[in-house]
Amino acid sequence: MSEVVVSIKNVTLRYGDFEALRDISADFHFGKCIVICGPSGSGKSSLLRCVNKLEDYCEGDVFFDGQSLNRARNLPKIRSEIGMVFQHFELYPHLTVMDNVTLAPRKVQGKPRAAAEAKAAELLERVGILDQARKHPNELSGGQQQRAAIARALALEPKVMLFDEPTSALDPEMIAEVLLVMRDLARGGMTMLVVTHEMGFAQDVADEVIFMDGGRIVERNETARFFAAPATERAKTFIDQVLYKRAHPDTHPA
Amino acid sequence: MDWSVIADNLPFLLIGLGVSFQLALLTIICSLVLACFIAIGRISARRWISWPAGAFVNILRSNPLILIVFWMFFLVPILTGKNINEFYSVLIAFVIFFSAYYTEIIRSGIQSISGGQIRAALSSGLTYSQTMRLIVLPQAMRNVLPGLITECVIVFQGTTIAYVIGLREFLHSTTLVAERTVRPAELYLFAALVYFVVCFAGSKLAERLEKRKIG
Repeated sequence: MSEVVVSIKNVTLRYGDFEALRDISADFHFGKCIVICGPSGSGKSSLLRCVNKLEDYCEGDVFFDGQSLNRARNLPKIRSEIGMVFQHFELYPHLTVMDNVTLAPRKVQGKPRAAAEAKAAELLERVGILDQARKHPNELSGGQQQRAAIARALALEPKVMLFDEPTSALDPEMIAEVLLVMRDLARGGMTMLVVTHEMGFAQDVADEVIFMDGGRIVERNETARFFAAPATERAKTFIDQVLYKRAHPDTHPA
Repeated sequence: MDWSVIADNLPFLLIGLGVSFQLALLTIICSLVLACFIAIGRISARRWISWPAGAFVNILRSNPLILIVFWMFFLVPILTGKNINEFYSVLIAFVIFFSAYYTEIIRSGIQSISGGQIRAALSSGLTYSQTMRLIVLPQAMRNVLPGLITECVIVFQGTTIAYVIGLREFLHSTTLVAERTVRPAELYLFAALVYFVVCFAGSKLAERLEKRKIG
């Protein structure tokens, strides 16, 4: 078994009286791609945000590479080692794509501009939008913006990448281009936590699937087993609902 | 009407206009910088920061400018035992007063920026102050630019208040010439024209930026 990179220990998160996460514990290993799924409001995105302490969880602790986030002296430094991609891209609209990608390397890691731009160009090439580098985000399509956001996160050479519903805000014809970039990343050995409804992606790429409901991890299973024989009734119902074809086999003749 | 009084006294009047512009410009620059800090304080989650910032804004906005000018000019020398130069006395009063208004404009700009932008910046390892300076404020300022320019026009009109403590700004200079030449009609018409040109240009600029934002 490879080394644990993210370890969540008994984390509880409340918004007022509402418990978004209830006593969650989970370990994540280097080089694995984990898909987190579940109905909306089940706490998937909240869990992801606890990993880099964007959510100030009330109880428990998260360990990144062995360091406690609760006791972290330099939280920004730790965060810079965890890349994050958002549903609504969150590119900085007042900066060009190139500046979006180079900002954190320059300001957080203190890289000289030339080196940061060389690295950025390489990443933009890799996600297929190097020709858009001098444009502003609003001049790009949704799929291009999300690929730029992935490049931005990769620019810090993170140890872990968090994806928070990266394709949910995209037009259908742009989903594949983003998923392909993510697939290549996973195959390249990147440690990834992906909150998504794209079950095709999960089946194809994920090592494990976590199913959440009501602020709890209901099931965690190896991908093939999760889809073929889910251990819990709740997960089985969810899979049937999401996988339309399986729930309604008769509607697809041939 | 005898318009030659304007031409004859133009150098004197222009010096007054220069003082008005100087006062307005310095007020705008200092107030904007101060307002950025107070606005960030006002939205702070820590009550010991947000409460004083809120109190500052509310007290200043509930008082007339002329009173703040009096306070600086008459009370501060009594309290400190030192006389301060009229220009700086007025400038400090103006900066305190107008920074309260700029604070509210900038605060609304900051609050127009989505939490997602802040999360994206923080997740990349930027500190809170870097996030504010590099990501939030540039976007916030752009969003409220028309409001900021409108406020600058109000600052320029406000410089006439400095008259009450004897600062020789444009309106005061105009009055001195009017009294000396006994030509108030010509001089006050001229003053009105000058204020109109400056302020109208400012308003139009704000209007254009507003339209560009929508378009």
